[in-house]
Amino acid sequence: MSTPTDFLLWVRGPGFDIALVIFIIGVIIRLLEVLVLGRKPDQAEPRGGELGPGLRTVVTRTLPETGSFKRAPFTVIGGYIWHIGFFISLFLFVPHIELINATLGLIWPGIPSNLVDAVAAVTIVTLIAMLFSRLSHPVKRYLSGPEDYVTWLVTFLPMLTGYLAYHRMIDPYPLVLGLHILSVELLMVVFPFTKLMHAFTFIIARWYNGAMAGRRGVQS
Amino acid sequence: MADDMKRFTQTLGESLRERGVSRRGFLKFCTATASMMALPPTMVPAIAAALEKARRPSVIWLSFQECTGCTESITRSHSPSVENLIFDHISLDYHHTLQVAAGDAAEAAREAAMHENEGKYIVVVDGSIPLDNPGFSTIAGISNLQMLEETVAGAAAVVAVGSCAAFGGLPHADPNPTGAVSVSDIVHDKPIVNVSGCPPIPTVITGVLAHFLTFGSLPELDALGRPMVFYGQSIHDRCYRRPFYDKGLFAETFDDEGARKGWCLYRLGCKGPMTYNACATTKWNEGTSWPVESGHGCLGCSEPDFWDAGGFYNALSIPDSDIIRRAGVVAAAGVALGAAAGALNRSTRAKAAASHEKVTIDDLDKTS
Repeated sequence: MSTPTDFLLWVRGPGFDIALVIFIIGVIIRLLEVLVLGRKPDQAEPRGGELGPGLRTVVTRTLPETGSFKRAPFTVIGGYIWHIGFFISLFLFVPHIELINATLGLIWPGIPSNLVDAVAAVTIVTLIAMLFSRLSHPVKRYLSGPEDYVTWLVTFLPMLTGYLAYHRMIDPYPLVLGLHILSVELLMVVFPFTKLMHAFTFIIARWYNGAMAGRRGVQS
Repeated sequence: MADDMKRFTQTLGESLRERGVSRRGFLKFCTATASMMALPPTMVPAIAAALEKARRPSVIWLSFQECTGCTESITRSHSPSVENLIFDHISLDYHHTLQVAAGDAAEAAREAAMHENEGKYIVVVDGSIPLDNPGFSTIAGISNLQMLEETVAGAAAVVAVGSCAAFGGLPHADPNPTGAVSVSDIVHDKPIVNVSGCPPIPTVITGVLAHFLTFGSLPELDALGRPMVFYGQSIHDRCYRRPFYDKGLFAETFDDEGARKGWCLYRLGCKGPMTYNACATTKWNEGTSWPVESGHGCLGCSEPDFWDAGGFYNALSIPDSDIIRRAGVVAAAGVALGAAAGALNRSTRAKAAASHEKVTIDDLDKTS
């Protein structure tokens, strides 16, 4: 791996394969672990359906709960901004769609690159502000463990390197593009074994909450 | 001989006038040079004055492991134009493709030029230098390495023309059977300008020489030793097809509707995003066209190791492997492992339930 081009070829070849294997196997193991374990059968007479309330809760819990918004508006708003910014950067940037189309055959329209650029800049600033808040707020700091900082880092690095690559702030280009891909591979490897799994498990958790409440005939 | 001496001592201005180039034509060239090198218009008179007075510098052109494409590029372009005349009016004392002399006479010309212009001549190199075996490439029985070291010793500067001389190029491509290296791998004590490209744009070669004639120094260089004025921006950033990239409109094949409409060639393997060169602005053949305009993606020929950059027709950032097939196999493995982990958890839970001892009222009454 003597040249930046060799580096790029490695990260998009063997490096990507390794990350993909770990990501897919890791996510499936973690999900099956939860699902196979199951729940004890509920013998009580159901007082309502599970499907409707379960699905509804998956959606409604996306909206902020009034209490937490009042108590910690910065955390809630910052959380929204960077999650949405991250999704826009990941799924609406044309080269990313191009990558997904070339590998999975799925395609959808993107948005202009300069708009994604602005969103990415806001997302990066928000992520830094969120880290600052985590470090400076005594309660947040007390509640944070190493995993919180690791997950912040592996989420932040793809955003940062992507921004650097788009603006060609590191020379030569194959190096910065390779760093960007490598940072995503790091995210893929860390993902299944940390709280980043919430990207999949949030659906199961919300569904269960809603379905359980629905079965008991109470509001979820 | 007297004629030769006159030619040698003539200034560029005198020489151009003798060749019938008008003052107006000369100034037009100076203006074009200034704008090409991103210099302010106020520099035009300075360039004109400097070029007018410039003595024709001696240039020794060494061709090593190369295909003569670089020489073809510079000789066939913009002809006849003032650029060609400028090229005529450097004193090209050795160039084994173009010179009339052959054999010992040719080598004598090189040695004479080196001797007469000690410390002042420019060495232009095209082609890479084989290090594995000196016999892989020789000229008049002299190995490329020996000739380069000998000739460069008394040079003012070295211009590595073409990607082979600048970065090793095609001979350096994997598995590099001759142990080919670039000029900068061998020469460390002289200023080197890398004019990369396969071949480089002729105007860029003449631009570098014009800069040397004008300022007596080499232009500002990038991290790879290339003149910033020509290699400062990527093909992608200056490409007229860029708006299609930003909109996500790509040609899928070389003759589909997208290709006919001039959409972006990224999917067809265009290396524009990683390539720094002036093709998109300077173009080729007197500004007629350039590779992307003619419908083919950029090969990235002005970048190091472009032959080994994952295939000319593979997009830059797309992983090589067959992801869907691989993901299917991996997912099956994941399901097996996940089911095993789930079963293990179930059995742990069942064991915990089985070994659970119920506490009765009597147990609570017991005093230990």
